[in-house]
Amino acid sequence: MTSSSEVMVKVEGLRKSYGNVEAVRGVSLEVDRGQVVVVIGPSGCGKSTFLRCINLLEKPSAGTLQVGDRLVDFGATHSMPRGRDLARFRARIGMVFQQFDLFPHMTALQNVMSGPVIVKKMPKPEAETVARDLLAKVGLAAFTERFPRNLSGGQQQRVAIARAMAMAPEIMLFDEVTSALDPELVGEVLDVMKQLATDGTTMIVVTHEMAFARDVADQVLVMDAGQVVEQGRAEEVLLRPQNPRTASFLSRFHSTIGERKA
Amino acid sequence: MILAVVYKWDFGLVLSYTHLWAKGLGVTLAYSVGTIAGGMIIGVICGLLLLVRSRWVTLPVHYYVEIFRCTPLLVQIVWFYYALPIVLQVELPDWFAAGLGLTLYMGAFATEIFRGGIISIDKGQWQASRALGMTGGELMRHIILPQATKRMIPPFVNQSIIQLKNTSLLYVVAIPDLMYTGSIIVSDTFRPLEVYTSVAIAYFIILYPLTLWAARLEARVDQ
Repeated sequence: MTSSSEVMVKVEGLRKSYGNVEAVRGVSLEVDRGQVVVVIGPSGCGKSTFLRCINLLEKPSAGTLQVGDRLVDFGATHSMPRGRDLARFRARIGMVFQQFDLFPHMTALQNVMSGPVIVKKMPKPEAETVARDLLAKVGLAAFTERFPRNLSGGQQQRVAIARAMAMAPEIMLFDEVTSALDPELVGEVLDVMKQLATDGTTMIVVTHEMAFARDVADQVLVMDAGQVVEQGRAEEVLLRPQNPRTASFLSRFHSTIGERKA
Repeated sequence: MILAVVYKWDFGLVLSYTHLWAKGLGVTLAYSVGTIAGGMIIGVICGLLLLVRSRWVTLPVHYYVEIFRCTPLLVQIVWFYYALPIVLQVELPDWFAAGLGLTLYMGAFATEIFRGGIISIDKGQWQASRALGMTGGELMRHIILPQATKRMIPPFVNQSIIQLKNTSLLYVVAIPDLMYTGSIIVSDTFRPLEVYTSVAIAYFIILYPLTLWAARLEARVDQ
């Protein structure tokens, strides 16, 4: 997207353990501005945990994490931000979840306004303009006054994407955002994500949608048992995997990956 | 049998103590409102304390709740009325010492109701709020509490109904509530049947509409 490759996220040797179980075992990653990174791997491989570590919803056990100009070193004792500092750190990172997690007591519009109004203390009229624009962008201009319970899964997830984007984040994280959707609703959400990618949004996407990875990813990360087993440009990793574990994992999806090549 | 045949009901005499009845009713309502309000404040404070991640904070609150849930209310009322002033070596006003046990008892249950309401909110709501960059206070005020209070209302109304009935236990420490007033009128009139029937009816008249209202509230919250 941009000619200058400004590093937005830099992760080095990131580890996360729960008691004796190590879910993430030394993952490193560099994401440039405007890049789309797709993380794939079998379920339980630690890819979601890794993603949740990036906005500190999980506290890593070791390693370093840099988002923008903010560096957090988990080896050092007091580097983990807390309280308001932690909240500010997260405010610059957007995240969308598998279960949408919209606020049920707010309309679609209020959901999208919630971040700017509550966190940034943006005046309501201004936040409303931002929110309406974003809802229009995700194709929901006609649904602003609906409550989440009156929206389909795909619509809810699009509101959730708009809600995260309303904070004007430096990077967006997507955690298996289409996994809870009915198959016929997956497309509308992926289309919105593709549009964001085209607009130059920096994204890290955990997904099982191989066609999306093939079409959109600049960089693919394959994880297995908490480690990165393969990492590189999308077409290389997806079509010519070097690692036998990647190959065996991808073989399950080959029809999807190759479908548009035919 | 014989009693049933020859007994002549006389509510007129019993109800002629209007002034006493009114005062008793007032005392019952005052203690109900006062101890429920006090218990509610304790419940909110202790419920919030239970969310703090330090055991030094949560453990004392847990003990408080369990002590009051696992001892009889009657024992608590008597203990705070007769024993506490000895422990503290101070003279507490009677009305205050009498209400203390009831208030702390309500507080223990209100704490549980408050905590239950908060932890019933889906984990996703917390993580979505945090991911947006909300602080603990912001997510509590704007996201969790608006949803949780709705769920707290029905159990809280139920507990308040129980609490109003429980004020009748103040009888043992001679607080002139409805029940104690009844016993005074009995000793004056020797009409326990009419008096205690009247007392029961009075409680029923206050509480029955409240239970109907609680049922309607519950139906509305369930939507």
